[in-house]
Amino acid sequence: MSMIDSSAIEKTSDTPMLQVNKVWKTYGDNVVLEGLDVTVQQGEFVTLVGTSGCGKSTFLNMLLGTVEPSRGEILLDGKPIPNEPGADRGIVFQQYSVFPHMTVLENVVTSKGFQRKGFTGLLFGKARREAVKEALEILDQVGLSYAVDKYPHELSGGMKQRLAIAQALLGKPRILLLDEPFGALDPGIRADMHALVLKLWKEHKLTIFMVTHDLKEGFYLGTRLWVFDKLRHDEQAPQRFGAGIPYDLAVGQVDHDLYREIDDDIQPVPQQVA
Amino acid sequence: MKKLINQTPDRTFQVFLGLLPFVLLIVLYMVSSDARLEVNPNDKLLPSFSQIGDGLSRMALEPSKRTGDYVFWQDTASSLTRLGLGVLIAAAIGLFVGVITGALPLFTAWVSPLLTVVSLIPPLAILPILFIVFGLGELSKVVLIAIGITPFIARDIQRRTQEIPPEQLVKAQTLGANTSQILMRVVLPQILPKLIDAVRLSLGAGWLFLIAAEAVASTDGLGYRIFLVRRYMAMDVILPYVAWITVLAFFIDQGLKHLNKTLFPWNERA
Repeated sequence: MSMIDSSAIEKTSDTPMLQVNKVWKTYGDNVVLEGLDVTVQQGEFVTLVGTSGCGKSTFLNMLLGTVEPSRGEILLDGKPIPNEPGADRGIVFQQYSVFPHMTVLENVVTSKGFQRKGFTGLLFGKARREAVKEALEILDQVGLSYAVDKYPHELSGGMKQRLAIAQALLGKPRILLLDEPFGALDPGIRADMHALVLKLWKEHKLTIFMVTHDLKEGFYLGTRLWVFDKLRHDEQAPQRFGAGIPYDLAVGQVDHDLYREIDDDIQPVPQQVA
Repeated sequence: MKKLINQTPDRTFQVFLGLLPFVLLIVLYMVSSDARLEVNPNDKLLPSFSQIGDGLSRMALEPSKRTGDYVFWQDTASSLTRLGLGVLIAAAIGLFVGVITGALPLFTAWVSPLLTVVSLIPPLAILPILFIVFGLGELSKVVLIAIGITPFIARDIQRRTQEIPPEQLVKAQTLGANTSQILMRVVLPQILPKLIDAVRLSLGAGWLFLIAAEAVASTDGLGYRIFLVRRYMAMDVILPYVAWITVLAFFIDQGLKHLNKTLFPWNERA
């Protein structure tokens, strides 16, 4: 299925990491997704683009476990994906991804504490010292070591997202889900974040799914681009048919006209081709 | 000349404007009081400030001839103890019920309808029941305050808990947190400043229930004293007592506000 050729991708086994088998999502008569049928290998960086309300976030939430498929199944490492959020899938939302009542350091240390069983997940003594050490390392990787004692409301939007990514990385998730993580950031900051995500993706050998409105971002970041769009239209009943994935592209193998065609398809038109 | 909606006072003028009504009220009182005392030196309705001072010092600085207590301070201590206990109990129950019903949908479905109905019961209407069940002692007064404001605090905390972005709860789960860890580490710390806010808002009602309970059945307390000396039209005692209650309420409110800022520096939204 996959035609990706990237040195960062490890093909560890024959069975794909993620299998999506004929997945539908309907709310009453409203069909959101129809017949999704894709597989993803470990190490791929999949970007999901499409119009608002085309179901790409619904699909991400299925991976996250907050939305269940109406029909079909999603397998992670050959097993049905759990129907609630868990430590095997990390998430960074557009906002509200960090805990506002904890300092930057405490945000990350707490993530470490949540990996243990127990009533509060509070860490003491040696466990806490080790967690702090690990937290400082990861904060250094995302470029936040100068702000460890600040509270999130003292950070800029980009810094908050760096913190959210640091938290998610510490959990060593099988897949990392990014739900329009840079949508609220300034263009300059966004470029820095792109560099950071690519660096972490390579260093930590992550498998990433990222929803974005920005087609250019989708092309630049991913190894694979999914365009969510309706395959069929009924003018009288626009909700009759759901979205599928009409374009499943290995990034870098796309010509200019196709880019323009997709760009015209998804609204709002984000940016010009570089 | 700017439009009225665009006119803002500078700092000095702001203070002046704020103090003006107080000064006017005091002057108005003094003039009215003097006028009445001019006509009838034994008039009790509007005592002069020196008479009020005498009344206050009699209550606060001289031991009671009957019991040997300093009545004013005795009343203050009794009232504040009752109010404090009642509010503390209400805050504890309200926090627990509010967080559980706000964060766990199963408990929302189970407890919310009951909570809504209970909050509609007028607490003063069940004061006789409390007297019958708990007797005329301290307990029934504390219980009245607690019953009176617990539903308000519980519902407020429930709403605040539901206002925590669901993203945070999902995020905590993706980091491996279980339910109790989410409640203890994500929900509870963010709710505590809201609890202090809820307590500040409910203190007005707390004073109301306190004074009502003391007026009906008590042997001391600020509310008891006011209703007792009403029989002798002792405005020289009633007025300083009312002022004192206002001062106490003001400082408790400011204290809680300050406590909130000190304990939860992250709570100020950017």
